[in-house]
Amino acid sequence: MILIGERINAGFKDIGRAIKEKDPRPVIKWAKVQTQAGANYLDVNIGAVSKDPQDLVWLIRVVQEAVPTAISIDSTQPELLEAGVEALDGRPALLNSTTAEDRKLAQVVGLAARCGGALLGVAMDERGSPQDVARRVENGAKIFAAAIEAGLTPDRVFLDPILMPIRFMQDQAPKVLEAIHEFTMLSDPPPHISVGLSNLVSKAKERGLLARTFLVMAMSTGLDAAICDITDPELRMAVATAELILNREIYTDDYVRAFHLKRGAVWNPPDKETDR
Amino acid sequence: MEIPDIRKKWPARIYTVTIGAGKESGGTRTSTVTIGGETTLPFYLFEGEMPHPPVVAMEVWDIPPEDWPDTVRKPFEDVMSDPGPWAKKCVETYGAQVICLRLKGLDPLLGDRPPDHAARAVRRVLESVGVPLIIWGSGKEDKDNEAFPAVAEAAKGENCLLGTCTQTNYKTMTALATAYGHKLIAESPVDINIAKQVNILAHDSGFPLENLVIFPSTGALGYGIEYVYSIMERTRLAGLGGDRAMAMPMVCDVGAQSWGVKEAKAPSAEWGDPQLRGPLWEATAAYTYLMAGADLLILRHPHAVRAVEAFASQLWRKEGA
Repeated sequence: MILIGERINAGFKDIGRAIKEKDPRPVIKWAKVQTQAGANYLDVNIGAVSKDPQDLVWLIRVVQEAVPTAISIDSTQPELLEAGVEALDGRPALLNSTTAEDRKLAQVVGLAARCGGALLGVAMDERGSPQDVARRVENGAKIFAAAIEAGLTPDRVFLDPILMPIRFMQDQAPKVLEAIHEFTMLSDPPPHISVGLSNLVSKAKERGLLARTFLVMAMSTGLDAAICDITDPELRMAVATAELILNREIYTDDYVRAFHLKRGAVWNPPDKETDR
Repeated sequence: MEIPDIRKKWPARIYTVTIGAGKESGGTRTSTVTIGGETTLPFYLFEGEMPHPPVVAMEVWDIPPEDWPDTVRKPFEDVMSDPGPWAKKCVETYGAQVICLRLKGLDPLLGDRPPDHAARAVRRVLESVGVPLIIWGSGKEDKDNEAFPAVAEAAKGENCLLGTCTQTNYKTMTALATAYGHKLIAESPVDINIAKQVNILAHDSGFPLENLVIFPSTGALGYGIEYVYSIMERTRLAGLGGDRAMAMPMVCDVGAQSWGVKEAKAPSAEWGDPQLRGPLWEATAAYTYLMAGADLLILRHPHAVRAVEAFASQLWRKEGA
């Protein structure tokens, strides 16, 4: 499972302030904490706080100095992705994201092909976010075909079927599960399939429980990546368990520890009190 | 028609383990051996690297063995009363690259010797030969736990491969190996889940994964070899696939198992000349384990040793050679 740490995002108050004040400390802290939790990528996003490419460059450089983890450059603007790629020190990158809109798709696919990175395509188009399975699949297939055409291998393509807040659009989660399954049939080997879990749990009360339950359900239909709160130990325990049940890992009694060991992560079991 | 390229690139490399320490590393060995480091399945040299050839170790006991059949006893008859000359003969006459000293004398049923007897045997072999050592307990855990502090200390700084480390004794064994500068054999009873668990437990006590060699248990030809084979195969696939807790070199204890079965030891000529049949039974099991991914084989009969080394070197070649 490819886990992408969501925390270095200007949407969080401490990161938003860090970007404005050029204070590297919160960024370094979250880069380290998420890396120790076993993140495969660190998502880096300047969000609504800034439109200045130099802010994104600053953020990426701070992260790169703190940890060796691969970076997910998170922006809907191809120009910002381009600036982010320039700031990379040669480590692997995920360009997050493009949509199926022609102009954007061509730009981001071209950038991914040039920089040797991977790209994440969200199954949206000029009409916005699809509400049904068919359009999700249609958009995903279009992005995938463009990437392959440009010379990317399937393992450099991530498709995101777009999760919606369960609080407001309860009918969407089953459609996302179905779209994930459809994505797995695009090619053999299939592309990576990723979701942004915080979309699902937005404004909900049981965020952790919702996130990890959806995650394991989606893993059983073919999901193999997620942008998530990797610092949540219970989420990691759920992923470790799902990987075992899906026979992707060899069973051991201490499989949660094995999950962390494999990722070079630190494992401190949660307190017994919360371990019901 | 174009033939598709089915070569696979594995994401991970098997750990490399060196046994033995020369003067420059604080030991007294005149040679060392290195195993592991593969980036592909056994002998898939068209696909990835196998930087070190599999190594054959010869087995020596601290007490004269009573249950070795005549065929395998004969080559060592003149030296079996003393592990020093026995090891020396293995190295000088039969070309052994590694000696596996088995401390059977500790076994309560085979003499129940005290820990200092075992430690003496270790010193004796170290003085007699310059090759690296595997030091294997009696298999009786209580006695081995009692003796291994003295045994590990007797070989201090020699970077031996000590065995075995199990689910129950891992704390003692990792502490001893760390204190006296040795590597460890991690043992599991033909059970891949326990194999992984022992490695995780050892790592949890602060022992580096790259200092472990997996011993998945060994079956003789005709006696469960296929179970061990599939476990070794799956272990290696997991290791190459990125599971660090499974990415160790593997050791097979072929001689001890092979010479315990009737097909190898029956003296009657009805099944063929026992002088040929025994070593052949041992060597054939070893060939099989090489295919499963064995990096280190412990054998008894000199003919089997020679045959297996020749077989391995035919299949293995250094890149560019």
